[in-house]
Amino acid sequence: MKKKLFSLFLSALLTMAVLGGCGSDGTGESSENNPSKETVESSQSGTEVVEHPQYGGSVVVGIQQDIDSLDPHKATAAGTKEILFNVFEGLVKPDKNGDLMKALASDYTVSEDGLVYTFTLREGVTFHNGSPVTANDVKYSLDRCSGLLDGTPLISSLSVLTEVNIIDDKTVQVTVAKPNTELIYSFVAAIIPAGSGEDENASPIGTGPFSFVSYTPQVGVSLKKNENYWQAGLPYLDEVNFKIINSAETALMELQGETIQVYPYLTDSQAEELKNKFQILSHPSNVVQALYLNNADPVLSDVRIRQAICYAIDKGMLNEFVAGGNGGLISSAMLPTLTTYYVDLNDTYGNSANIEKAKQLMTEAGYPDGFDLEITVPSNYEFHMQTAEVIAEQLKAAGIRAKINPVEWNTWLQDCYTDRKYQSTISGVTSDMTPGYLTNRFQSTSKKNFINYSNPEYDEVYLKAAAALDTAEKAGYYKQLQKIICDDAGSAFLQAPPLTVAVSPKLEGYVFYPVYVQDMSTIYYK
Amino acid sequence: MKYVVKKFITLIMTLFLVSVAAFLAFQIIPGDVVTSIVGMEAPPERAEQLREELGLNDPPLVRYVKWASGVIRGDFGRSYRYAKNMNEMMPVKELIGDKLPVTLWLAALSFVLIVLVSIPLGVVWARAGNRYLDAALNCLTQISMAVPSFFLGVLVTYLFGIILKLFAPGGYVSYRDDFGKFIGYLLFPALSVAIPKIAMTARFLRNSLLTEMQSDYVRTAYSKGCTKRRVMYGHVLRNALMPVVTFLGMIIAEIVAGSIVVEQVFGLPGIGRLLISSINTRDFPVVEILILYITFVVIVVYFLVDILYRVIDPRISEK
Repeated sequence: MKKKLFSLFLSALLTMAVLGGCGSDGTGESSENNPSKETVESSQSGTEVVEHPQYGGSVVVGIQQDIDSLDPHKATAAGTKEILFNVFEGLVKPDKNGDLMKALASDYTVSEDGLVYTFTLREGVTFHNGSPVTANDVKYSLDRCSGLLDGTPLISSLSVLTEVNIIDDKTVQVTVAKPNTELIYSFVAAIIPAGSGEDENASPIGTGPFSFVSYTPQVGVSLKKNENYWQAGLPYLDEVNFKIINSAETALMELQGETIQVYPYLTDSQAEELKNKFQILSHPSNVVQALYLNNADPVLSDVRIRQAICYAIDKGMLNEFVAGGNGGLISSAMLPTLTTYYVDLNDTYGNSANIEKAKQLMTEAGYPDGFDLEITVPSNYEFHMQTAEVIAEQLKAAGIRAKINPVEWNTWLQDCYTDRKYQSTISGVTSDMTPGYLTNRFQSTSKKNFINYSNPEYDEVYLKAAAALDTAEKAGYYKQLQKIICDDAGSAFLQAPPLTVAVSPKLEGYVFYPVYVQDMSTIYYK
Repeated sequence: MKYVVKKFITLIMTLFLVSVAAFLAFQIIPGDVVTSIVGMEAPPERAEQLREELGLNDPPLVRYVKWASGVIRGDFGRSYRYAKNMNEMMPVKELIGDKLPVTLWLAALSFVLIVLVSIPLGVVWARAGNRYLDAALNCLTQISMAVPSFFLGVLVTYLFGIILKLFAPGGYVSYRDDFGKFIGYLLFPALSVAIPKIAMTARFLRNSLLTEMQSDYVRTAYSKGCTKRRVMYGHVLRNALMPVVTFLGMIIAEIVAGSIVVEQVFGLPGIGRLLISSINTRDFPVVEILILYITFVVIVVYFLVDILYRVIDPRISEK
């Protein structure tokens, strides 16, 4: 009797909680539905049209991870770089179209043979501490990143630098070992005051639109407006706080309680829940999500098996299920946002499942009754976990008995990335703005080739692509590379997942970049 | 005195064994701290440099001895993960010193709530002749104990934060900035910590009281002409509180070690949350010290309870 009464009570409580949730959502809809919808439309159609941007105010941005370093050259986590983007700048910096804009360099030239870069520094730019940016600071920063300073490079792509020379106070000349037209993208590396990298107690000083105020572990980072920012009129906000929130439920509560105004990592279901109260903005991310296949695995070393997996996957359905249809479907290692270099290969295996073809290939390979496949997934990434669940179901239809093995992120890094002890994994590779970044890892000898992909033709074409100086020629080689790895089914490439951001209806000016950054300089209160 | 010395030796031994166990666990679990720090794209030279800096190239025994001798000298080392400024990592002492007040204040507030509510509640309940009140309290405490603390935290946030707007969810204010607001915010997490414990303690006390009421000395007291009130507060309650003190001691040990879940839900930068994130990032120096702290707290609180027991009930030390 007691037990029965108790369970009755419990169920009553649960029902109340659930109904309560629905009830308040309902009221939110009736009162706020219309205005917020309008703002979504207006913000999507024209972030360019700045009507009445107000200066001042402060914004709290929710972030998922604690930052890994306050040193811009040592920071590696995407979650840190997205914040430091507001504090530090390089000679050049990315713009929202995926091109480079001149930042601390007002101009640069590259010699005919591609070996010498000459940068002219912008006049009148000062660090947050008030001192002007000089050629000396630039030399120091580049020496530090490239390892010329102490033999330890901090940014791999810059380790090809052989010499950094000060021509005069406003001109710096950089010499590299071998020509590479993509190297210019690496000059986004932060310029810091000379010597600050060695100075103990140095607080982070850059030239960005916001200056660093404080960092508290597990709480977050505070930034304030750089009054002397070189881009006239920017930024609008007086203060930006990046606040660490490490559970999705807490993030939802804080958005609803309006303690945070911007939250950039919504899942599809969270976006649904918030769409009446917030502007929900979505954009393809710069992540290549794939069911990465270990090509050295006894079963997966057979190209027919890998192709069978590609045929068995229904990418269209996956996109609908986990990304609300906002993902960008891909079939190779390149992102559609790199328009010059991307080639659409989605017809190779189709966007929907072809079970017959998959079964046929498996029979040819000697597995008419299917096989077991272990999919290792970093479980802290909700999106990858959801993807794995859908993929596992899809593979079952073709007789592939997929088993999901969720692991913690550090275990993933060790087992899958460093030791390559896995069969298959669902994960994402975050790209920078260069086509080389996404393709060089699949050279057979690359340290980053965690799928053990090996094709001599690929290696050969990659070297040509890297050496080519002409853009059209380069693009040709990169397209060839994509085709090779796609035909080989090096992995089952899936999609560029969408980046879905909740922005308070009071704010305007959120801009998406083709790289992973949160640019707070363009945001303002309406 | 001999007793205290014995306890002290036990404490030292336990701390030593626990630190060895934690060290060994870190050797066994997969995941490399250097990869975790430098990420996938860093140049190999950088990873090697860091490995050298952190002393990870030494054999495990040497590393343990180095670490342990540092701790004995009062040098707790530096976090692998949390930066202090551009070039320095945060000293573990500073990192934990900054988080500890949050956890301790949360524990203190929760404890006050637990004692203030559960003891009167237990007494009222035990005295309640009313069948319905008894059933209602029974139900209520059952539910409070059964609801997972995570869900309770969300419920509290939803009810007090979003519906009643008594506090801003996630609007934590540091104790350094504004102590009043800090406590104001902490009340709600403390409530979430306290609710299940109140239920448990009240239940415990009620049962204990009811058992005591059956004792012979109660009958004697009544026959002497004591009032109901005098019997309850003068005789029964004191005796009934004995087991409750042990129970409260266990609760203190638990909440002082950090309420991991509640800290997570309310975004409190306390010890519990630090422990979880440090384990995830393989931040060995921080995890070791936190584990030692928790062990220390548990042992010391139990020790104090033991002493308290002897004070309340002299019969124990006689045995």
